[in-house]
Amino acid sequence: MTSHDGIVDVRLPSLLLRLFPDAEPRLQLQAGSVAEVVDALDARWPGMGDRIRDSSPAIRRHINVFVDGRRAKLDTRLAPGTDVYILTAISGG
Amino acid sequence: MATRVFVLVATKKGVFVLESDAARKDWRLGGPFCETWPIQHAIGDPKTGTIFAGGGSEWFGPAVWKSTDLGNNWTHSSAGLAYETGVAPIKTVWSLAMRDGALYAGVEPAGLFRSDDAGETFTHLDGLQRHPTRPEWNPGGAGLILHSLVIDKQDTQKIWIGISAAGVFHSADGGMTWEPRNRGTRADFMPDDQKYPEFGQCVHSVVKAEDSDRLYQQNHCGMYRSDDGGRTWDSIEAGLPSSFGFPAAVHPRDSDTLYLLPLNGDIKGRFMPDAKAAVWRTRDGGATWQAMRSGLPQESAYFAVLRQALATDTLDEAGVYFGTNSGSVYASRDEGETWIQIAQHLPMISSVETLVIEDDVMGSGT
Repeated sequence: MTSHDGIVDVRLPSLLLRLFPDAEPRLQLQAGSVAEVVDALDARWPGMGDRIRDSSPAIRRHINVFVDGRRAKLDTRLAPGTDVYILTAISGG
Repeated sequence: MATRVFVLVATKKGVFVLESDAARKDWRLGGPFCETWPIQHAIGDPKTGTIFAGGGSEWFGPAVWKSTDLGNNWTHSSAGLAYETGVAPIKTVWSLAMRDGALYAGVEPAGLFRSDDAGETFTHLDGLQRHPTRPEWNPGGAGLILHSLVIDKQDTQKIWIGISAAGVFHSADGGMTWEPRNRGTRADFMPDDQKYPEFGQCVHSVVKAEDSDRLYQQNHCGMYRSDDGGRTWDSIEAGLPSSFGFPAAVHPRDSDTLYLLPLNGDIKGRFMPDAKAAVWRTRDGGATWQAMRSGLPQESAYFAVLRQALATDTLDEAGVYFGTNSGSVYASRDEGETWIQIAQHLPMISSVETLVIEDDVMGSGT
């Protein structure tokens, strides 16, 4: 994170919120990339980072992160004011 | 002081907990727990009453869940439960074991972790990653899974593991270094001149008698016993309906008494033989076997019992329990002589374990 990073608007999926009852469904964070969003979430709610990102490191296969409407990766840069949606993909059986 | 008996049932959609008293006649079902994650293995610590459950979510990855109040509330952690950057990530936790306050977790792809703070954080015991044979290990049908995990009661540095399909390995230094222990076990799927390799056997489960070096192993290719800590294995499959099955469970006090659930074979559907359910018991270390059928379905039993889904309890007489891949749990409170169904219509059952505690461990009520 650098001093140039701005505030982004992050939304979390309900399934993730069930694992972290204290977490908020929508919050604003200072982050310059998706990876920094994950780090910031993990700092606020320890363990949340592992649920979103694997040790590759990469966003987990069945988690989607959308930035301004497009699927993003950990290294996707974020402009100030960006909307970041973290979503669970269709999965299971 | 009342005895409380729990059967911990891990399923594809969460953990269920069955509770009874020492009579083990009437059972109550609780669950599903763990947010309906796929859970491979749930165990209980009789010293504290804590329940641990290991699994992995398609969405959220691997974790060990923990309940300190017999299932009412759960937390989860995977802190430290990860391989280094660049290595294929852990998909799920497959096996758990607790000994002297340390919690061990076996994972897929095969590896072993240890927690010294009751499942809050984990440390990688990385000897398996550095083993010289590792590049040649091939996954079994369920992946390269560390599914069997035995910690010696007297010396916790001594660990045995089963990996499909790398075989049985032993560590004498708490998981830092390992040696294959597969001598005498067949690999029928190998060429004629390689049917007894040093490693690469398709082990299905490994269990150990509590107070001796006696080990038993259900293998894809046979049923075996070892009296020297796995250095050598002898076939004990004569008298069984099939050499193929998954779970095994030792009597809690008698190392000569073992329970099995052989299936009809690896290419015949993997059902109960002749579609008639039976638990097979030996009282003499595998020299002879008896089919225990009383109370079990004797027609149309097209189910299987997976590798971790058979267990004994510690009471006298010992209870025996198994869960099917069709979601039923059967219990015997008389060492396998008679059986009752204590749950049905659950999701596919991955594992069954028992927890016996006295009221003063947890306080009364759940």
